[in-house]
Amino acid sequence: MKYAVIRFPGSNCDWDMYYVLRDQLKVEPIFVDYRETNLPIDVVAVIVPGGFSYGDYLRSGAIARFAPIMEDIKKFAEAGNPVLGVCNGFQILTEAHLLPGGLRKNQHLEFICQQQDLFVQNNQTTFSNQFKPGEKVMMPVAHGDGNYYCDDVTLQQLRTHNQIVLTYSKNPNGSVADIAGIVNEQGNVMGMMPHPERASELVLGGTDGLRLFQSVVTRQLQK
Amino acid sequence: MIELQPREIEEQKLYQQWGLSEAEFDKVQELLGRLPNFTETGLFAAMWSEHCAYKNSKPLLKQFPTTGKNILQGPGEGAGIIDIGDGQAVVFKAESHNHPTAVEPYQGAATGVGGIIRDIFSMGARPIAMLDSLHFGPLDNDHTKYLIDQTVAGIGDYGNCIGIPTVGGEMTFEDVYQGNPLMNGMCVGLLDSVQQQKGAAAGAGNLIFYVGAKTGRDGIQGAIFASAEFNDEQESQRSAVQVGDPFAEKMVMEACLDLIENHADILVGIQDMGAAGLVSSSAEMGAKAGFGMDLNLDLVPQREADMIPYELMLSESQERMLLCIKKGHADEVIELFNQYETEAVEIGTVRDDQQYILHQHDEVVANVDVKALVDEAPVYRKPSSRPARLDKESTGFEPDTSKVAEVLMDLLQQPAIASKESVYHRYDSQVQTNTVVLPGSDAAVIRVRNTDKALAMTTDANPRYLFLDPHKGGQIAVAEAARNIVASGGMPLGITDCLNFGSPEDPEIYYELEQATKGMSEACRQFETPVISGNVSLYNEFNGQAIYPTPMVGMVGLIESMDYVTTQSFKQHGDLVYLVGETKADFNGTEIQKMQMGQIEGQLFDFDLATEAANQQLIQEAIRAGLVNSVHDLAEGGLAVAIAESTFDNEIGVDIKLDMPASWLFSETQSRFIVSVSSELQADFEQLTGAKLIGTTGGQHLAIQTNNSKINLDVTTAKKAWKEALAWQMK
Repeated sequence: MKYAVIRFPGSNCDWDMYYVLRDQLKVEPIFVDYRETNLPIDVVAVIVPGGFSYGDYLRSGAIARFAPIMEDIKKFAEAGNPVLGVCNGFQILTEAHLLPGGLRKNQHLEFICQQQDLFVQNNQTTFSNQFKPGEKVMMPVAHGDGNYYCDDVTLQQLRTHNQIVLTYSKNPNGSVADIAGIVNEQGNVMGMMPHPERASELVLGGTDGLRLFQSVVTRQLQK
Repeated sequence: MIELQPREIEEQKLYQQWGLSEAEFDKVQELLGRLPNFTETGLFAAMWSEHCAYKNSKPLLKQFPTTGKNILQGPGEGAGIIDIGDGQAVVFKAESHNHPTAVEPYQGAATGVGGIIRDIFSMGARPIAMLDSLHFGPLDNDHTKYLIDQTVAGIGDYGNCIGIPTVGGEMTFEDVYQGNPLMNGMCVGLLDSVQQQKGAAAGAGNLIFYVGAKTGRDGIQGAIFASAEFNDEQESQRSAVQVGDPFAEKMVMEACLDLIENHADILVGIQDMGAAGLVSSSAEMGAKAGFGMDLNLDLVPQREADMIPYELMLSESQERMLLCIKKGHADEVIELFNQYETEAVEIGTVRDDQQYILHQHDEVVANVDVKALVDEAPVYRKPSSRPARLDKESTGFEPDTSKVAEVLMDLLQQPAIASKESVYHRYDSQVQTNTVVLPGSDAAVIRVRNTDKALAMTTDANPRYLFLDPHKGGQIAVAEAARNIVASGGMPLGITDCLNFGSPEDPEIYYELEQATKGMSEACRQFETPVISGNVSLYNEFNGQAIYPTPMVGMVGLIESMDYVTTQSFKQHGDLVYLVGETKADFNGTEIQKMQMGQIEGQLFDFDLATEAANQQLIQEAIRAGLVNSVHDLAEGGLAVAIAESTFDNEIGVDIKLDMPASWLFSETQSRFIVSVSSELQADFEQLTGAKLIGTTGGQHLAIQTNNSKINLDVTTAKKAWKEALAWQMK
C-alpha cells in the first residue's frame, strides 16, 4: 500500500507531502518521476503536489499534462482510485481534464500566501469524511493562479452532483462560487488550491489538513 | 562592440570607461610586462572593480571578527558556515542588488534572489529561507510605488517558483533612497554534514565544467556598473541588468545538490557565476587553489551569435555554475545534469602553472597570471573626514504629545511601522513546511526537521541612527538584530552584512564607512557573533546625493529547543506585562521626530553595548526558564508602538500604567523588551530579571496611562489602521 507523490520538474511541495505521509500519517510514500510510464503496482493513491511545473511560464500545468506518467494516472483515476491534486497539482488535473474548469490568475493579479479559512461543503467524499458538515477549517493558500473558473452549466453540474467540497471564507482570489476544492463526478479525483500538507502539524499552525489525508487513508483501510 | 588594439586602448583611455584608473592600468602593464589586449583589459577592469576586489573596503573589513568556536567557514567562500551541533551546520550570506533593482526592479530583484541562492547551494547546503532588506523613497510618488511593486513581485516570483520560503526582512522609506533604492537579499541554508565545498579548481588536468543556462549579452559589465555612481543617464542602462529564470535555477540547484551529496568523490570545486560571470568564477577558483586554467570559449553554451571573448567572460547571464571535476569523469557529470534537463559542458582544464589562458577560434585571446587578476588588485585606504552635520547643535526636539492617542495612531500608520502584510503576503513563506514563526514577529523561525532545534533569522539596519552617528548606529544595527533573535528564543550565532554606502572617494562617506564598520565590529565582539559572509555596495548615489549609511545586518540564531520559540503577541488575558530596560528622553533620529519635524537631526542618543548584552541575557534566561508568554523588542516608534503591536495578533487588550511623561512613550532608547508573564510566575520572573511591572493584559482596549496622559484605543480599530496603512499608501 503505497502513496505515490508525482514529481514534475519544478514541483516544490513534493517533500512536504512526503513528510506528512511518512511522519504524520505513518503510511508509505513513494516518489514517482514524471518520465515513468507506469505507476508502481502497489500504489493505492496518487498525489500531485504543488510547485511550478516547468516553471509555469505557460498556463500553469499546461505542459505537465503531457508528461509520460499522466497517461497512467488517467487510467488509475478511471479505475476509481483516489487522486489528489494540490495547488499546481489541481491546475495539472484540470489541464489534464481529470477535473472540470480551470484556474486563472488571481483576480487582484498578485500572488497570495496566507492562513485561509475554508468551509467543508461535502463531508461524504474520499477526501473529506473526517470533517463535520459545514465545518470551518484552516489550510494555508499560496498561489498566483488560484482563481477557479467554470461556466454556468458546469457550475450547475458541480452543485447537482455535490462536487464542491471546500469553499473559501473571504474569497482570496476571485474564484467562481468561492470554490477552493472540487471532486470529479465519481468523487475519486480531488483538486484544491489550499495546502493541507501545510496544516498537518500543530507546530505549523494547525492540523485540519491532516484530516483530509486521514479521510483518504480511512477509506483505504475500509476497503 | 569593437575590439580596440592595445595601443588604441592606451591612447583612448578606454580602461577609464570600464572603471580602471590610470595608475591601475599602469599596474596591469607592469604585471603583464606588456600592454593588455582588449579582452585582458576587460578582465582586469571587472576583477579589480570594488564589487569583486573590495579595493576600497578591504582594510575596513579586516576589523570584523570572523572566527569563533563554531565557525566552520568565514568570509571568502560562497557563504559562511556555522556548526549547530548534531553534525549539522547553517550556511548564510547576504548580497546587494541595488543598481539593477533601480533600473529594472522586477528582474533586478529576481536575479538578486537567484544569485544569493546559488551562493548557498554552491556550499552544498539546501536553501531553507530567504529574507530581504529593502529601502525606498517616500510613498508620495508613482515611480517609488512602481519600484516597490515590481521589486516585491520579482522577489516573490523567483522565491515562490524555486520553492524557498521568504520569511522575513525589513523596509524603510526615506528621501535619500528615491533615486537609489536598496535591495539586499539574504539566503539561509542547512548543511546536513559538516563536509563543506570549496570554490577551488585544483589538480592539473582536471576538468572545468560549465553547467546551467546559456550565456547571452545580458548583464555585461554588471560588476563595473555596480561600482560606479548613478545618474539619470545610467538609469537607461537597462542592458546591464540580467533576466532571471527560477525554473532553470531550480533544476541547476537540484542537480548540484545531487552532485555534491552523491558524487562528492569526483567533485573538486564548485562556484556560482555571479558578478563578473565566467571570469570571476573561473579565475577565483584557480587562484584559490594556486592553479591556472585553459578555457575554450568556443565551447561555452551561447544564446546569441558572434559574442566576442570580452562579452562571454563578462556576461552576467543567470543560473550558471562552474565546476571542477576530476579527470575521467566527464560522462558521469553530463549524465547527472541531463537527469535534471540541464546542460553540462566541459569548457577547459586545470593547468599545472598559474597562467589563465582563454582560447577562441584556435587563437589565444587572453593570457595572464591568475594571481595577478585575483590577488593583485590595489587596495586603498581613502582619506576620511568627519562630516560637519555630526557636530551640529541639536534644536532640542521634544515630541508634541498634547493629543497622545492621535500621535500613537499616526505612528502606527507610518510606512516603516505599519504592518508589512500587504508585501509579505506576496511571498510564499511556508513552502518546505518548516516555518514555525511566520513573517510579522521580531524574527522568523524555521525548525530543523527531525531535531528539537530551530533557527531564528532577521535583517536589521536603522539608517537614520547611522546618519546621525555612524559609529553608534553601526553598533545598534548589530545589537538590534541580536535583540530580535533573543526575543524569539534564540542565541545569536553570527552575522552576514551588506555594506551599502555612497562613494568612498568622498572623505565624509569614507568616514561613515570607517565608523560604521568599527561600531559593527565592536558589537559583533560583544555578542560573539562573527561576520561570516557579506558584500559591499559602494557608490550608492543618485545625481550626487548619497544614501544614508546603510549596513544591513543579517543575523541567524540557534533556538536550542522548540520549547523556547517565543513570539511578540500577548497570549492570554490576565498576564502581567513587564518592561525590561530603562527608558530615557531619546528622540533624535526617531520615527516621531521624522513624523513631527519632517526630518531627523541632532545628536543620536547614548547607547551602551554592555547594558544591551545584560538585558538580552536576562531575556534568554527568562525564556529558558519557561517564565514568559511573549517577548517583543522595542524598536521604531518606541514603547507605545511595541505595546500596541503585542496586542494585535490575538486581539488581547492591555492596561498599562507608567511612571513617566507622555513623550517617553515614543522615545527609542535601545536595549528594551516588552514581556508578558503568567501571573503565577510573577515572583520567579521578578526575582530573575528585576524588571518593572507595568500592567496586565485583558479586555479589548489598548489603555496606556502616563504621568500626564491617557491613551484608550479599541484594539481592533488600532489594528485595522496599522494593518491597512501600507496598502492604502501604495495605492
